[in-house]
Amino acid sequence: MASPTTPADPPTTAPPEDERVKRAGLLRNLLRRPEAGAVAGTIVIWLYFAFAAGTNFASASGTALFLETASELGILTVAVTLLMISGEFDLSVGSTMGATTMATAIFATTYALPLPVAMLLSLAVALLIGFFNGILVVRTKLPSFIITLGSLFAVRGATIALSLGAAGTSNVDALARKVPGWEAWRPLFHSSFFSIQQVRERTSFTGEVTQVTSSIDFDVSILWWLGLILVATWMLLRTRYGNWIFAVGGDETAARNVGVPVGRVKVSLFMATAAAAWLASQIQLFGIQSAASLRGELQELFAISAAVIGGTLLTGGYGSVFGGALGALIYGMVRLGVPAAGIDSQLFQVVLGVLIIIAVLVNNFVRRQALGGR
Amino acid sequence: MSDPTPIIEIRDLTKTFGSVIALSGVSMSVMPGEVMCLLGDNGAGKSTLIKTLSGVHKPTAGEYLVDGKLVDFDSPRDALDQGIATVYQDLAMVSLMSIARNFFLGSEPTIGWGPFRRFDIQTAKRTASEEMAKMGIDIRDPEQPVGTLSGGERQSVAIARAVYFGAKVLILDEPTSALGVKQAGTVLRYIAQARARGIAVIFITHNPHHAYPIGNKFTILKRGKTLGTFTKGDLSREEMIRMMSGGDELEKLEHELREFSGDEAVGELVQGVSATKRDEDAIAPLKPEVQQRSNEID
Repeated sequence: MASPTTPADPPTTAPPEDERVKRAGLLRNLLRRPEAGAVAGTIVIWLYFAFAAGTNFASASGTALFLETASELGILTVAVTLLMISGEFDLSVGSTMGATTMATAIFATTYALPLPVAMLLSLAVALLIGFFNGILVVRTKLPSFIITLGSLFAVRGATIALSLGAAGTSNVDALARKVPGWEAWRPLFHSSFFSIQQVRERTSFTGEVTQVTSSIDFDVSILWWLGLILVATWMLLRTRYGNWIFAVGGDETAARNVGVPVGRVKVSLFMATAAAAWLASQIQLFGIQSAASLRGELQELFAISAAVIGGTLLTGGYGSVFGGALGALIYGMVRLGVPAAGIDSQLFQVVLGVLIIIAVLVNNFVRRQALGGR
Repeated sequence: MSDPTPIIEIRDLTKTFGSVIALSGVSMSVMPGEVMCLLGDNGAGKSTLIKTLSGVHKPTAGEYLVDGKLVDFDSPRDALDQGIATVYQDLAMVSLMSIARNFFLGSEPTIGWGPFRRFDIQTAKRTASEEMAKMGIDIRDPEQPVGTLSGGERQSVAIARAVYFGAKVLILDEPTSALGVKQAGTVLRYIAQARARGIAVIFITHNPHHAYPIGNKFTILKRGKTLGTFTKGDLSREEMIRMMSGGDELEKLEHELREFSGDEAVGELVQGVSATKRDEDAIAPLKPEVQQRSNEID
């Protein structure tokens, strides 16, 4: 160092930075993420039920239960979140679940088709419903709320009518007994991929101490859910298609003007949503081992709730798959936690309702922050 | 620029929407490296004309030639493929998305193959920053949502994007209408830079003070028809203003207002429309720099 330094010299080691960018703290940057509110909510709700319900909730068995509940809704929510980011709704998800449940059951029993064929035909039914929803929304330019409100009733009604016509019933039970190959396919949709053996000592009324082994099973639906979260997140953030989803929801005219195939993006997302409904319904089918045409009722609203709690904007253009996953997790925790804590289970819907409103308030605040704040 | 073929030419273009005649028999041509200003009052058909040029509308009758060849565009994508890029009034940008994502929207760079083909976000960020720097804008952070930019900055992102994607013709729909004096000057500077790169620019505006300093040719539309195309030498600024807004009507208005109020200030107000000195001054400091940059590019 040839030049003499004086104590007044400013430090020169700092890297050059653009003086116009205020250095935002890590915390502030994290708070700007769409799922910020949902992360906080997840922690608070877990802590609450851990205290209120104790080991009924905050235990391996409790966790396995609420994860399984969350995963069934979570699978739907992944697709519904993408659809909502693209600026559209699908109210027919629940009805599609009912339709695909019955389709698989009737194809496999009444028509005695091999189970995988029945399931693929059922998937085709789902894709067809999704395709029609999408095409109608794109072509008529009516709000998807209206179109899918229509298909909510139409699909449900058609399911009941066609089931009665084809099988003479709107419920098919004892599928494990009626369908050959059931046990071969069951592990893919309903089985334990991870078990914890628990040995507990039980004292009987005579004073005898016996050891009871119980196993805590984590259902394979959790794996499906995690896989879908990863694939969808990657697709949304790291592919052209993902960029288009954001653009279509953020400003449809702008997206069209720069050459984004708006119609194809929307139709494909409606079909993906219907396919997710199919997957959720097949998981449920293997779990309950019976089909009913009323399956999946209200699931569309729970899935939208989970997406909204997870920070996805109702108006589109903003949101995250991970946030939606947290929304589904919160749903699972509340669903299990309310009865586990000894609260009247009717209050489950009250809690969910309050959470939705809080979530939207938080999300509006977060979005203002993302756009610079005021 | 010895090529005598206009990059864009329309002959007797007519566009009707049901019984409404939006354009009737409009003809004009633009050469590469030329700024053509499209002037006209509200409802003159400017928007319909540029939407037809950019492939949003199909002409009802008449010919549309790009580089001397007849074209028939089905969508804005077709026009883009021919190098005709339009920067719309509403900007064609998604405000909740980042600058880098917006810059490449619809033409995203990808890496990888098959199902693993993905959006090359690093390239997108780097290129967006570089291209903006070439236009003389130093963007703070390519991850910043476009909604946080000012109007002039957004316009320049849109122009830089069009230039980067190889636009031969740049159609700018009222890029300065919502901007302050200084920001409008910035946008005019980018127009000059684009022209210096040999790009043909069609600049739509109803502000003659933005059009006159930058334009080489002026086409004036009125009620769906052209009043003709003029070169700068043929047309003084005052004549231009008179033609585009109906200067006679303004004079009549001036008289009427004076009668009602007896106030001299009204006269000044109306004359203010043709007060041109100030705008010339506003654009003057930009000129040497534009000259220098065009030298660099050559």
